[in-house]
Amino acid sequence: MADPILEVRGLNKSFGPVHVLHDVDLTVYPGQVTALVGDNGAGKSTLVKTIAGINSLDSGEILFEGAPVTISDPSDAAKLGIEFVYQDLALADNLDITQNMFLGREIRRFGFMADGEMERKARETLTGLSVRTVSSVRQVVANLSGGQRQTVAIAKAVLWNSRIVFLDEPTAALGVAQTRQVLDLVRRLADQGLGVLLISHNMNDVMEVADRVVALYLGRVAAEVETKNSSVTEIVELITTGRSGNLGLAPATANESI
Amino acid sequence: MSEQTTHPTTTPAARSGPDTDQTTERASSFSLDIDRRNVRDAVRGYLDRLRSGEPGALPSVLGLLVLGVIFYLVSDRFLSANNIGNLPGQGAYIAIIALGLVFVLLLGEIDLAAGTTGGICAGAAAQALASHGLRHGIPGAGALYWIVIVAMVAAAGLGFYLRAITGPVIVLIGVVITLTGLDSRPVFAIIFAVALGAAVGIFSGWLVASVGIPSFIVTLALFLAWQGLLLFLLNSQPIGTNGYPLWYGLAHDNMSPFWSWVFTIAVVGGYLAYTIFKSLRAQAKGLAADTMQLVLVRGLLIAVVAIVITALANQNRNTNQFKVINGLPWALTIPVMLMIVCTIALTKTTWGRHLFATGGNAEAARRAGIDVVHIKVTAFTICSAFGALGGVFLASNTGGAQLDLGSGNILLFAVAAAVIGGTSLFGGRGRPRDAIIGALVIVIIPNGIGLRPSLPASYQNLITGAVLLVAAAVDALSRRRSASR
Ligand SMILES: Nc1ncnc2c1ncn2[C@@H]1O[C@H](COP(=O)(O)OP(=O)(O)OP(=O)(O)O)[C@@H](O)[C@H]1O
Ligand SMILES: [Mg+2]
Repeated sequence: MADPILEVRGLNKSFGPVHVLHDVDLTVYPGQVTALVGDNGAGKSTLVKTIAGINSLDSGEILFEGAPVTISDPSDAAKLGIEFVYQDLALADNLDITQNMFLGREIRRFGFMADGEMERKARETLTGLSVRTVSSVRQVVANLSGGQRQTVAIAKAVLWNSRIVFLDEPTAALGVAQTRQVLDLVRRLADQGLGVLLISHNMNDVMEVADRVVALYLGRVAAEVETKNSSVTEIVELITTGRSGNLGLAPATANESI
Repeated sequence: MSEQTTHPTTTPAARSGPDTDQTTERASSFSLDIDRRNVRDAVRGYLDRLRSGEPGALPSVLGLLVLGVIFYLVSDRFLSANNIGNLPGQGAYIAIIALGLVFVLLLGEIDLAAGTTGGICAGAAAQALASHGLRHGIPGAGALYWIVIVAMVAAAGLGFYLRAITGPVIVLIGVVITLTGLDSRPVFAIIFAVALGAAVGIFSGWLVASVGIPSFIVTLALFLAWQGLLLFLLNSQPIGTNGYPLWYGLAHDNMSPFWSWVFTIAVVGGYLAYTIFKSLRAQAKGLAADTMQLVLVRGLLIAVVAIVITALANQNRNTNQFKVINGLPWALTIPVMLMIVCTIALTKTTWGRHLFATGGNAEAARRAGIDVVHIKVTAFTICSAFGALGGVFLASNTGGAQLDLGSGNILLFAVAAAVIGGTSLFGGRGRPRDAIIGALVIVIIPNGIGLRPSLPASYQNLITGAVLLVAAAVDALSRRRSASR
């Protein structure tokens, strides 16, 4: 297996008296989809926001390609090539696909925007992701379907030679066909060598698209399993009780957390 | 209003209709980008856009034609060269205020004070001329001058602090102009007026964007306050401006026929050259582009209209034979030039793109690293500076700085102009062009009614209101159609 591209070690995070994340270890490998699962309130979004630099961390370290890094705001993450697709997408409906993909990072020539170049790069990126559902990169985002919007948000994240992409519940609001498209896209990102971290509540999606699953139980990593050696039942048990067979937290820890 | 900038219908859930994906699947792989748009496609595409809620300039141009026919029936003098030639002078101030408003409306905000800001700025400029430089003190309110200077310097500092540059620099230029006494000359007095407007805009933009007061309230307060301030600035005496040829000329003078042609050829030629060049280059590089055919048809249409207007304008249109009046009115060419500059700023610069993004989805803009506060402050600054220039044109048209300069319905007419032209009050949609076309609609109504003395003036607001309602209804219906797809 390749060396990890991102490693989180012993991360702790409290909001005042509430200790949300306990000694969390997380590893993301290039070319793999790592799924982060856990019940509501387990701390998944908090973990991602802490890595993104939106939350500060209390203790623990983050290693990028083996070297320790400090990420104190989202632009630090962007500089390292770590991109985040949040669940509410944040696209400007009145702009077209190209304009959205380059928003805040427009290419300029002689002080004016180089629209042609941006359009070409947007199309290249979408082609590279084998996106076939968009008929024009000059289409206004307001007219896109949910799946297409998700596609644009993901393409926006990978436009910048990103190395790692975090996706927070990218299929939560989608129908069957569109979920299919987005999952295929997620898989292709990993196949192109990116490290992908996917948060999802849908175990079928996780089993299908992820290589490894990290189960979070009340702010602790209950277990990390490979999907091919695991099952939906086992993962669901890890999510709901923190343990499954001889996997997971020691009974004492699991009960203490409650 | 900013809460409504996010279109309510664009949540993923609402958009994932059952057949959306099949249709797009068939369209597949940028097919629309690869097929060049020719005239027929363009017409079809335009009809599609009409149906899907982007009526563009059509409603306002149609409205213009309908009103033109009606007023032609009311009085055959309506279409006379003399009358048409007067329209720009009568409407330039609305066009300019509306141009500035477009920037604020694009953010989903409003500036109710743009008109009265124009009032105080033009009033201050008129007072500067009348009292040979404001630094001698504003008659009857000596200390007010220093309050204005301190406020302008403070606004400039605030602007720099909010990472704006052009606005605060213009404000400081205004301060220098008045401190050196240059404001006793019309050109500089008018520049001072614009600088004062920019200062007001920085201030109101800060209150909206940083302090977080709704723009409706901030600018409503200023709308009221400036009406009082104007009385102090004028020492409760109207000041005439007809004695200053430059100022008088803004709404009344014309370019010479030669320079009128130069103007038309430069504008039309520039437009043609740019669109042709863009189409050629885009085709060479395989980008989405209009076909040459379409570019030429559109360009020629614009060229023919512009050339016909210029040729007619260059005929003598004076009804009395002792003086020749010909050429394009400055009140036409100045707003058109401003419109071109605004269009370039909005569509070709990152600042413009970020303004649209902020108006479309402020949260998305923020996450994309855009300084939303900066964008809002600059938009309000532009709006107030244009308001100031609008006030100057208004004074030119009416002969001077009256005690109620810029108040009353003026701002509402300017908002109506932008909306009639197609700018949305919900933010994210609008063009500088809208302001010009809308202002034309607004101004021909009183003009047309005025030609038939037997028609009471009360018809003016009645008709304007009806036109605005129709324009807003077209906008709402088309948006609902696009939402229910
Ligand atoms: N800013 C905050 N201040 C205080 N507590 C917080 C804050 N953010 C999150 N929490 C708490 O941290 C815990 C973990 O929340 P988090 O949003 O990370 O859960 P999650 O795993 O993403 O859940 P879901 O699946 O519902 O999205 C919750 O108990 C939440 O109340
Ligand atoms: Mg969450």
